[in-house]
Amino acid sequence: MIETVFPILYILAAAGFILAIKWMNSPATARRGVVVGELGMLLAVVGTLLRYEVVHYEWILIAFFIGSAIGVPIAYIMPMTAVPQRTAFSHACGALAAALIGTAEYYRHTPHGFVMAALALETLLGFLTCTASLMAFGKLQEILPGRPFTYPGQNFVNLGVFGLAVAIGTTLVFSPEKTWLFPIFIVLSLVFGVLLIVPIGGADMPTVIALLNSYAGLSASAMGFALDNKLLIVAGALDGSSGFILSVIMCRAMNRSFTNVLFGAFGTIHSSVKETTERPVRSASAEEAAEILDAARSVVIIPGYGMAVAQAQHKLREMYDVLTRRGVDVRFAIHPVAGRMPGHMNVLLAEADVPYDRLVEMDEINGDFPRTDVALVIGANDVVNPAAQTDKTSPIAGMPILRAHEAQTVMVIKRGMSPGFAGISNDLYYMEKTLMLFGDAKSFVASIVKELGATAAAG
Amino acid sequence: MNKYEIAVWVFMLAAFLGFELIRRVSPLLHTPLMSLTNAISAIAVVGAILITGAKDASPLSKVLGFIAVVASTVNLVSGYLITDRMLKMFKKRAGEKK
Repeated sequence: MIETVFPILYILAAAGFILAIKWMNSPATARRGVVVGELGMLLAVVGTLLRYEVVHYEWILIAFFIGSAIGVPIAYIMPMTAVPQRTAFSHACGALAAALIGTAEYYRHTPHGFVMAALALETLLGFLTCTASLMAFGKLQEILPGRPFTYPGQNFVNLGVFGLAVAIGTTLVFSPEKTWLFPIFIVLSLVFGVLLIVPIGGADMPTVIALLNSYAGLSASAMGFALDNKLLIVAGALDGSSGFILSVIMCRAMNRSFTNVLFGAFGTIHSSVKETTERPVRSASAEEAAEILDAARSVVIIPGYGMAVAQAQHKLREMYDVLTRRGVDVRFAIHPVAGRMPGHMNVLLAEADVPYDRLVEMDEINGDFPRTDVALVIGANDVVNPAAQTDKTSPIAGMPILRAHEAQTVMVIKRGMSPGFAGISNDLYYMEKTLMLFGDAKSFVASIVKELGATAAAG
Repeated sequence: MNKYEIAVWVFMLAAFLGFELIRRVSPLLHTPLMSLTNAISAIAVVGAILITGAKDASPLSKVLGFIAVVASTVNLVSGYLITDRMLKMFKKRAGEKK
């Protein structure tokens, strides 16, 4: 009887996942999406536990308990600024699960043909995504140096390891009984994962995280082929296509190709960028900045990773409140690759209670810059560098930017004049209408807010 | 059609459906989307349960399966909870009707 029910449970679960993603298209329906996603997962788990093949429950229940004991605190205690790290960690967990299941299946059945091919793909993707995600986690958490690390012949070594792993995997598909090859296959996959992330710098993290998301999903999908389970195939394919699309969006937002992101080692190839001579910049105090903001009618704030580092989003919200109360039109311009993962800035600003209809995408806001009184850049650099459009030799040439330089006045909050992540100097800082506000983003915004309050009291 | 052929069809259709759905997701929600798909990828728990709970499970597959259940449960639980925690933060301006 139960054997006729569980396919129905699986079909309902797959429908739940599809609806969950569909409802993510708008913040108004997104929470409903999470609920159907949870229901889908519940059906899938219950349906699986009821299957006749499953006879031992004790270890499964203990594992559920341990997993929840780790997962719940992560979800509630983790600060929102750590979202990129958690995402990387989660890819590692998902990929590890897929890889271990593949390994267990191999030693259990030593399958042949199609199933073995799926299993090899699952294990390869699973293990490489696992170590790659852990590396990304280390870099994001700053346990590992965030700068890209390169050495001569790096791509050659990487491709060599990958090629060897694929060759062994292929051999295993044709002769699965060579069990001694399997551990070598695992080790090579793990090593390739590490090597893949070594040359990746922080600016490329959004693309890489999205790509790892895709790999983790494809690995689950391959597991579906190996276990002949269509629910796994569907869920994995949804996950895989999601990660893939996000990484394509990220690449497009930087005008770079996949190969360039994975093998280009952004940040190091630019070390040869021409020395910039000392040029004069205009700097201003918080008091002056507050006066200009107070007199403006429209202000566009451009946040970047620096805002996240300085945790300035709550102070920015206060500034947004004060200015809005005085009738200033304040909006936030979000570049697709601002931060360390897709949508990073949106989440931080939403956390600070900035209404989401004030967060505007690049294409929508770019036309408004000439009519904007003040563009306030906070912790962003390359995404507002006009060289991307004017200088064909610039390493970021062709990258779509927020056209902050077209605003009437530009203000840039920055710690010092050091160039940004890509090591490219930014002409925006030297423009006539640009005011540099030197200092820590959070405390500078705080003093602007204070000055604004003072002017209000005086006026 | 043999079962492998069906499986490939299912994969192809699901991947295209995924492309179409995700293209419509607002960039505003890309981070919650990613944590939602993380949670969905915890579906690997299905495979892990089948391996761990099987009648003929060897000690090796029990150990591997056990770790896999733990790892996917971490994803499952934290993925859904954190997606909801993030989505709760997305608000429109106070007093404004949607």
